[in-house]
Amino acid sequence: MVLALLRKELLVELRTLESVPGMSLFAVTIFVVFHFALNQNTLSGQEAAGILWVALLLAAMLGVNRLFVADADQGGFDGFLLAPVERSALLFAKALALLAYLLVLELVAVPAFGLLLLGPPLGQALPGLLAPLVLADLGLAAIGTLVAALAVRTRARDLLGPLLALPLLVPVVIGAARATAPLLALEHPGGLPLRWLATLALYDLVFGLIAYAVFDFLLED
Amino acid sequence: MRLPGLRALSVTTALAFGVSLSLVFFYAPIEAEEGFVQKIFYLHVPLAIVSLCGFVLGGLEAIAHLRTREAKWDLRSYVAIHMSLIFGLAVLITGSIWARASWGHWWVWDEPTLVSFLIVFLLYATYQPLRFAIEDPERQARYASVFAITAAAFVPLNFIAVRLSASYVHPRVLGGTSSLPSSMAFTFLVSLAATALLYATLCSYELAAKRTRILLKSRSRILGFQ
Repeated sequence: MVLALLRKELLVELRTLESVPGMSLFAVTIFVVFHFALNQNTLSGQEAAGILWVALLLAAMLGVNRLFVADADQGGFDGFLLAPVERSALLFAKALALLAYLLVLELVAVPAFGLLLLGPPLGQALPGLLAPLVLADLGLAAIGTLVAALAVRTRARDLLGPLLALPLLVPVVIGAARATAPLLALEHPGGLPLRWLATLALYDLVFGLIAYAVFDFLLED
Repeated sequence: MRLPGLRALSVTTALAFGVSLSLVFFYAPIEAEEGFVQKIFYLHVPLAIVSLCGFVLGGLEAIAHLRTREAKWDLRSYVAIHMSLIFGLAVLITGSIWARASWGHWWVWDEPTLVSFLIVFLLYATYQPLRFAIEDPERQARYASVFAITAAAFVPLNFIAVRLSASYVHPRVLGGTSSLPSSMAFTFLVSLAATALLYATLCSYELAAKRTRILLKSRSRILGFQ
């Protein structure tokens, strides 16, 4: 059932192209904005990691805001509730869809970042970047889906989505930016700090379980 | 409406605050390094502890609401979070004053407890906007409960993450009451009890007011005033 729902999500996204292109374009635009705002041609270390994660986070917010809009406006929720399936199937399908959007976003944004702003060559940092990217994406997908479902049927959904998600995602930003910073250092790029990966993994686990536990209550009417 | 329990609670709170303030100013010794300013510790730290416990309490009451579907649990959860937000604002203000007096800055990023508290405060500040953006009262209660549970789980995790990220430039003033001299520890515990009583009293008043308003509404509906 999850796979059928996921297939529908990805099919809708492929046919409408509503989220992913916008998210990717937004991230690249943020890099340009930061170039002028900071008046810097190249960045390295903690600044580079911070700006990469701010751009990814804000671009992810666009995807989160749109995640359930079609279901709320065009009767997708009603159709789903009529089907004899577990309600958490929708959570998993949406979270996997958001995870896929984030991965495509990063396929565009990370090379663009290496091209536009990053001082040290991206190639040497890339293998190490994979673990923090994937772990942060899992947390973003879990919290993003939960927050999107919370906010979508309120009057001020575009406002409430980011307002709820950003404080909740501060630990992800801490973990991801700290884990990435040594990889992007100009001199003596360091290895992955395992402590931060462990923080991210703990966050993913806790909020994955929380989202699973409370999601059903959001879909009752 | 007669509320005899509320009156007793209010009197106890007033007495406890009197005792705690006299202990703070006349019994507890002046701290050697920071001097008189350190007295704000007896206000700031109990407020922070009570406010965080109130957020977690709101989450537990939200679980009770989702389990039983009784509106009274949602009302309690709302009042607990609302009062904790007010206490939280006081925590940020007293913490800022303390930071200014002892470190010379209104805000210090390397004090992990204060920073985590700000993040938690910003998260809970969206509780009311979320709640009042939903019209249907039943769904409002359900969504608010989901938020309260998620946010309550976020409180400890956030403290772990921020504490890991801090660089520990400043020496920590308290690491549990065990490191304090006994006269300070005693004063601190009395202040904590007084603050907890204040929280309970204010929550009871708000609950009583809300219940009265609900009662009034249902009565006037029966009498056909609407």
